[in-house]
Parts: sequence; C-alpha cells; structure tokens
Amino acid sequence: MIRVSGLNKTFRVSRRKAGFGNALRAFIRREYNSVQALRDVSFNIHAGEMVGYIGPNGAGKSTTIKILCGILTPDSGECEVNGLTPWRDRRRHVRDIGVVFGQRSQLWWDVPVIDSFELLKDIYRLDTASYKRTLDELTGLLGLSELLETPTRSLSLGQRMRCEIAASLIHRPKILFLDEPTIGLDAVSKIAVREFIKKQNREFGTTVILTTHDMQDIEALAQRILLIGRGRILLDGSLRELKKRFSGLKTITVEYEGSRPVPCQGMKLIKDSEGQASFSIDTDFVSISQAISHISGTAEIRDLSVEGAKAEDMVVELYKEYRI
Amino acid sequence: MKLYGKFFMIYLKSQMQYKTSFILMVIGNMITSFTAFLAVYFLFTQINQVEGFTFSEILICFSAVLMAFAVAECFARGFDQFPSMISNGEFDRTLVRPRNEIFLVLASKLDFKRVGRFIQSVIMLIYAVITCGIFWSIDKIITLALMILCGSIVFAGLFLVYASFTFFTVEGLEFMNILTDGGREFGKYPYSVYGEEILKFLTFVVPLALVQYYPLLYLLDRTDKKLYMFLPLVGVLFIIPCYGFWRFGLRHYKSTGS
Repeated sequence: MIRVSGLNKTFRVSRRKAGFGNALRAFIRREYNSVQALRDVSFNIHAGEMVGYIGPNGAGKSTTIKILCGILTPDSGECEVNGLTPWRDRRRHVRDIGVVFGQRSQLWWDVPVIDSFELLKDIYRLDTASYKRTLDELTGLLGLSELLETPTRSLSLGQRMRCEIAASLIHRPKILFLDEPTIGLDAVSKIAVREFIKKQNREFGTTVILTTHDMQDIEALAQRILLIGRGRILLDGSLRELKKRFSGLKTITVEYEGSRPVPCQGMKLIKDSEGQASFSIDTDFVSISQAISHISGTAEIRDLSVEGAKAEDMVVELYKEYRI
Repeated sequence: MKLYGKFFMIYLKSQMQYKTSFILMVIGNMITSFTAFLAVYFLFTQINQVEGFTFSEILICFSAVLMAFAVAECFARGFDQFPSMISNGEFDRTLVRPRNEIFLVLASKLDFKRVGRFIQSVIMLIYAVITCGIFWSIDKIITLALMILCGSIVFAGLFLVYASFTFFTVEGLEFMNILTDGGREFGKYPYSVYGEEILKFLTFVVPLALVQYYPLLYLLDRTDKKLYMFLPLVGVLFIIPCYGFWRFGLRHYKSTGS
C-alpha cells in the first residue's frame, strides 16, 4: 500500500541573532542553517494497518506525512502510495487519502457544517447517491445530526473534531492520515474519536497512519509503531513486541499498615506516601512472586497491584535509549 | 465553473453571517467606485495632449488597460492573500484536494471589493468607446477585445509570479507591485511615453506593451500593420513562463512547521 525508501529532505532555515544591528546585517547578507529533516527514511505499510508514528517534536513526523500527502517534494528517495508517487501524481493520489490536521480546520469557518460538506462533495466530484449514503452513515456514527446546521465557529472543539473527521472521510479514502487527532479533547470525546477510527479500520479496511503525543491514542489504536528521531527511523515494530521488550519492567504498588515494606534486591522504591508505596521490579533479578512474598513478609499489606510497562513509560525509555 | 459558483455561494453566505458589516461593505464599495471614477474624470479634464496623443486617444488606452486589470483582478487577485495561506497552513490543505491548486487558491479567496472596480471600469470603457471618435469596424472591435482579454491574462500572469515568489521568501515582495498596480497606473498613457528602454522591457520581458501600445497604434490608425492587431495573442504566451515559475516554486514548497 505504502512503500517508502531512502527519503531525504533538507530545509534551509535563515538564521540571525537578536538585536537591530544583526537584523540589519541579515538584511544584507543572510546566513542559512541547513536542517536535515529526514535521513534515509524507509518503511512499508500494508493495506488495513493502523500505524502509530511517534517521535519528539521536530523529529520529522510532519515532514514525512506531508511528503506522503503530496504536499512536499523530497530531495531524494522513492515513495509509492497506491502505486502513485504522491508529489508527481498529486491530484490523482489525494483522491484516495483523507487528512486530518488536528490543529487546523478544513471546514469553512462562518457557514454551517453541512455547507462545507456540500462543497467537498463537488471538489471530489462525488455522485449524489453515494455522498448521501456516506453522509448518513458518518452522521449516525459520529452523532453529527444536531451539528450539521451549526456554523463551524460555534462548535466546541470536540464537536468540531468529529466534523473534521467526517469531512476527511466523505470521499471514502483508502488511507487516513491523522495528525494529532485528539489534541485538546476531553476524555469523553477522545474515546469517541478513537472508537470511531477503530471501527472505520475494521469495517472498511481503511489504512490509518496516526501521529500523536498521546500514548493512550497509540495504545488504543496502533498495532504497529514507527519511531522517528532526528530524521531517522529508529524503531519499527508491533506494540506487542515493544511491550515484551519492556516486560522486564514491572511496578508493584502496595497499601500497607504500620511500617513500610523493605525492598529486596532487584526492587527499588519509587514512591511512598500516605501508606502507599510503589516499587519497580527488574524481573531479571527477582520474580514477581518472590517480590510479593518478600514484601508481605516485611510488612502488613492491605492491598497490592502489579502493572506492566505503560506505553507512556516505554516511550520515555525509548527516547532516553536513542538519546532524542 | 460550477465549483467556482459553489465557492462564491459559500463566500456570500459567510459574508451574510455578519449582516451589518455586509451592508456597510456594499455601500462603501459603491461610494469608492464612484469617487474613483470622479477622480479619473477630473484628471482628464486637466490634460489635453501627451506626446502626440489626444485626450480621447489616451482615454481609450487607459480604459482598455483598466478593464484588463479589473478582469484579472476579479479572478486572480486572490493571490494577494497567498502569503497568509502559506503561513497559516491553508495551502497544505489546498494541496490535499484533487483539483488544480491555482483554481482552489483563487476560488477560496473571492472578494466583493473587486466587483466595485470592475463596474467602474465597465462604465469608463463604455464612455471611452462612445466619445473617442473611432469608427468601430469589425477588426477594431476585435483589436479592443484582444487588448482587454489578453491584457487580463498578462496581468493574471504577474499576479501568479507574485504568488510564486512566496514559495521562496515572504519578504520584499512589494517590488512586484511596480509591475501589477504599476502596470495599470503607467498604462494610463501609451507605454511609449516612458522612453525606448522601458518600451523594450515591456515588449520583450513583461509583454504589457504587446497588449497596450502596439494594438493601440492599430486602433488609432497610426499604423497599417495588421500584425499589430494580433500582438496581444503573442503577449498571452507570457503566462507559460509564469506557470513554469509557479510549478518550480511548488516543488520547492517548504510548508510551515507543526
């Protein structure tokens, strides 16, 4: 579905120091820094996959997405989406993709949402019957019926995001690019959006590529993770593999009475407050059952829970590991 | 064209959302167009002759250029807002639509204010055609039509070049106004009055003279060369390098960070 190999992209950024004198100097002769946004980026994505594309700010996520959407032309490298090169066959290519930029609206600000949809219908040259069908479907699934007559500017962020997603899917794209789709949403809206995306993937086989900083998004949606840092793909694997890799890290949280339990070798106290203590456990040194029996031997335990590594922690670990 | 109409309806609806502002804008535009017309009228009552061209000859020249500019402006002035489209990411959005990007940029940046100038130039043109004393044979009508039509395409090309520069820099684009708004202002008089150098520049580099000076000579019976009548069609070729420059810029489009 998507084949990317050896993508490179460098930006030239003009640079100048603060102050009027330097501004004047820059006016006459400008200095440039080149920033290599992508270095030899390669990956394949199959139809129907849901891929989480993660990395810190400025790592090259947006640049990759923009190249895949046909917005940017890379300096070198090959890319094929649905058999087309995005920047060469842009107009044919974009017919089959949907894009949600979480921070920027694609709906016309001052008119009711339905007018925006009608305009999209004409832009994509959709026939009335299939447009109606898709619209009804999306309206039902995303609960838009009361929002359609409202001007975009009067919508809440959560409502707007639901409309944005509907607008990106009105032409039934094969691939959906989501750039921070849940940014700024409340918990309820986040879950609604995630559920909808999952359903879309399951029922229509839509390929989903998701960039986000929200690890709950990744946990809920992505079967596979691509990690990018300083323009390089650092890791490409399933979430499960990744979890296995960090499965050595567990956390035991106990509620105790009286004195605090004493950790044994391979355990480390990370938190202790108001009768609740958390220990990290390195299972290479000590097994879970050993650890539990050790603590219960040293203190009076009221409650106890064991947790595996969270996506959040894994990403922090990864960033540390690759020093990005 | 149908899609252009849709964009227009959206624009209209957006404007109607703010009723008072909409009404004030319509009234304001009518007044501005009218005063602009008066200004032109008084200007010309002061002038009798420039470089061998009489008042009525200059009037037909000016009104043709103004008309060409107004047509170009009506459709292509949306490029003025192109720098802001790039910086707020709107252009990224435009590029993920399966339509010609130039069409989408222009269709999404409609503006009523331009209609006012359009009406003003139509009135000017009608006035000039009636009072200039030219006998309007078929070939004269064709010449004038070519001047206006091809002229608007050359101006549109200039707007396109202006927008294309934005792909590389957002600063110092004012110099392009010398060619766009300047082309209109200087176009009040036949370009020959500015000297040979300027005329050469406007013939071979930016072919504004091909749609103004040369066909004008034919219109005013100053030359017998039938060729001059069709020179505006040559001027239209200017749009090709303009479009090429746009494509070149688009390949180097940097987008904005997010």
